[in-house]
Amino acid sequence: MVHHLLFFVFAALAVGGALNLLVQKHPISSALSLILVMGSLALLYLLLGAEFVAAIQIIVYAGAIMVLFVFVIMLLNAGEEEHTKGSRFVMVFGIPAVAVLVGMIVYVLANRSQMNTGIELGAFVGSTSGVANLLFKEFLLPFEVTSVLILIAIMGAVVLARREP
Amino acid sequence: MVPVSYYLVLSAILFTIGVAAFLFKRNIITIFMSIELMLNAVNLSFVAFANLHHDLSGHVFVFFVMVVAAAEAAVGLAIIIAVFRTRETLNVDRVNLLKL
Amino acid sequence: MDSLINLAFFLLKILIITHVLLGAVAYTVWLERKVIGHMQNRWGPTRVGWFGLLQPIADGIKFILKEDLLPPGVNKFFFLLAPLLAVALGLTSLALIPFGETVTIFGRVIPMQISGILASNGTVYDPGVGLLIILGITSIGVYGIALSGWSSNSKYSLLGSLRATAQMISYELALGLSLVGVIIMSGTLSLREIVNSQAGPFWHWNFFLGGQFVAFFIYLTSAFAETNRIPFDLPEAETELVAGYHTEYSAMKFAMFFMAEYANMFTAASVATLLFLGGWHSPFEGLGIPALPLPAIVASFVPVFWFAFKLFLFIFLYIWIRGTLPRFRYDQLMAFGWKFLLPLAIANIVVTSAIVALRAHS
Repeated sequence: MVHHLLFFVFAALAVGGALNLLVQKHPISSALSLILVMGSLALLYLLLGAEFVAAIQIIVYAGAIMVLFVFVIMLLNAGEEEHTKGSRFVMVFGIPAVAVLVGMIVYVLANRSQMNTGIELGAFVGSTSGVANLLFKEFLLPFEVTSVLILIAIMGAVVLARREP
Repeated sequence: MVPVSYYLVLSAILFTIGVAAFLFKRNIITIFMSIELMLNAVNLSFVAFANLHHDLSGHVFVFFVMVVAAAEAAVGLAIIIAVFRTRETLNVDRVNLLKL
Repeated sequence: MDSLINLAFFLLKILIITHVLLGAVAYTVWLERKVIGHMQNRWGPTRVGWFGLLQPIADGIKFILKEDLLPPGVNKFFFLLAPLLAVALGLTSLALIPFGETVTIFGRVIPMQISGILASNGTVYDPGVGLLIILGITSIGVYGIALSGWSSNSKYSLLGSLRATAQMISYELALGLSLVGVIIMSGTLSLREIVNSQAGPFWHWNFFLGGQFVAFFIYLTSAFAETNRIPFDLPEAETELVAGYHTEYSAMKFAMFFMAEYANMFTAASVATLLFLGGWHSPFEGLGIPALPLPAIVASFVPVFWFAFKLFLFIFLYIWIRGTLPRFRYDQLMAFGWKFLLPLAIANIVVTSAIVALRAHS
């Protein structure tokens, strides 16, 4: 019962934040709604027993990536959005397409029998040592490759954002 | 006992809202944020499946998705700043010609 | 019925700890004014009550009664949200910090930690990733400052908040990496277990035999930069940017930023105490000194006394450095964080891992 209540509260927060991102005109309001979505997703991860993933979701996503977004919005002084001819055209065809997409995915997911097994609170806990064991034994090569990826991203960002001398 | 399908349906709804925001919004930074929303929705599916199968590989995949999202956000925002410097606008409909 | 009583004790615990912290924040302001005054060869507040002890109460009344300005052109929602966010996050870290072992009241054993849960075999469980949650709360605390500067519709505020945000996210890296050395030594992320791994006389603390003295100094410097205290307080320097990101705030909202800054100081000092100085363990523990014959309730507050004493040392250090050092220039600040502290923290991790691996081998 408590599990249902917690799930619906956080799910409503997440969906509300996502809809707010869609509806708001100013990018900074969209950015803050996205931070709210990420926070409620972190709480949902805690309900699913993924404590390490929840903590790094807050630290990395909500605390670093979104700070970068907010920084850029403030620096570029982005104003409110304007609706152009292209965007109205997309809305006419886009809204039915999006409705069909969500209907399809929900139908497929809700009708498979395996998907109705329940999740018990606390039955499975993703401990840090478990994730670390997997990361450094089975997934060592992807881990090293991501470190090279981050290095490339740093060099790319520095080169792209530099002013022409 | 909340069924797994609830979490997966929530992930689908968030993903679809991300797709809708990607299509309907005109500000390039907001479009970028909708990509992050889509990535987050997929992360939720990964964690839900990890709980269903009692396998921690789902959490490791979420870790990798976060790393890639961080790298992509950094480079993408650098590109946006470079585009803003030349075109003086953040509206994607106005950045539709190769030459000014 | 039993769970209702548990819930009542839980809420009472939250109430007491929060009020103690808020009182401590108010009196830290008094302590700072007195100590800096004496360092500068003057008295500090002396008029309001003996030794100026009622000064924080007078300041509180002043803040409540002052006119609450809303400058024209501000974004109202974010203008109101920013100080609330700052204060709320500053107080949230309190939920994870263990102050002592347990206290037994009316036959009930109550853990001295808001997020501590008593297991059936008598031990206390706390969140397995408590340290990461505190780091996460510090990361989100950046938004209070970023939003306050941006929503104020003023050049000084925007510049101050952008500088403060860049400074905070730069030093967060060195902060987190300096704590990784302690995590490798203790093998756990849970705050209570890290403290328990330092049980014993004072040379068992992580600062001495744990070998984390370099990490301690990196952590201390990063904590000064995270909480925007001198020598890293350029974003809110009164002589540079007209008080920076909280220029346009008056009365209670300004008081909230103040409270948030001191609450963050308490969080940083608590983490330093727990991770490097052995938390609530007395320095003379395990040396065979006979314990004083105290009643059980008082004896369970002795660890809290040691924790508060070590915390007070850090707060005094914060105030002492404020009275002594000049502030860094912004480019010096950023170069120091990225080019010196970050490589040093990574080197600390490498050396600590090598020590632990060699110890495990032999």
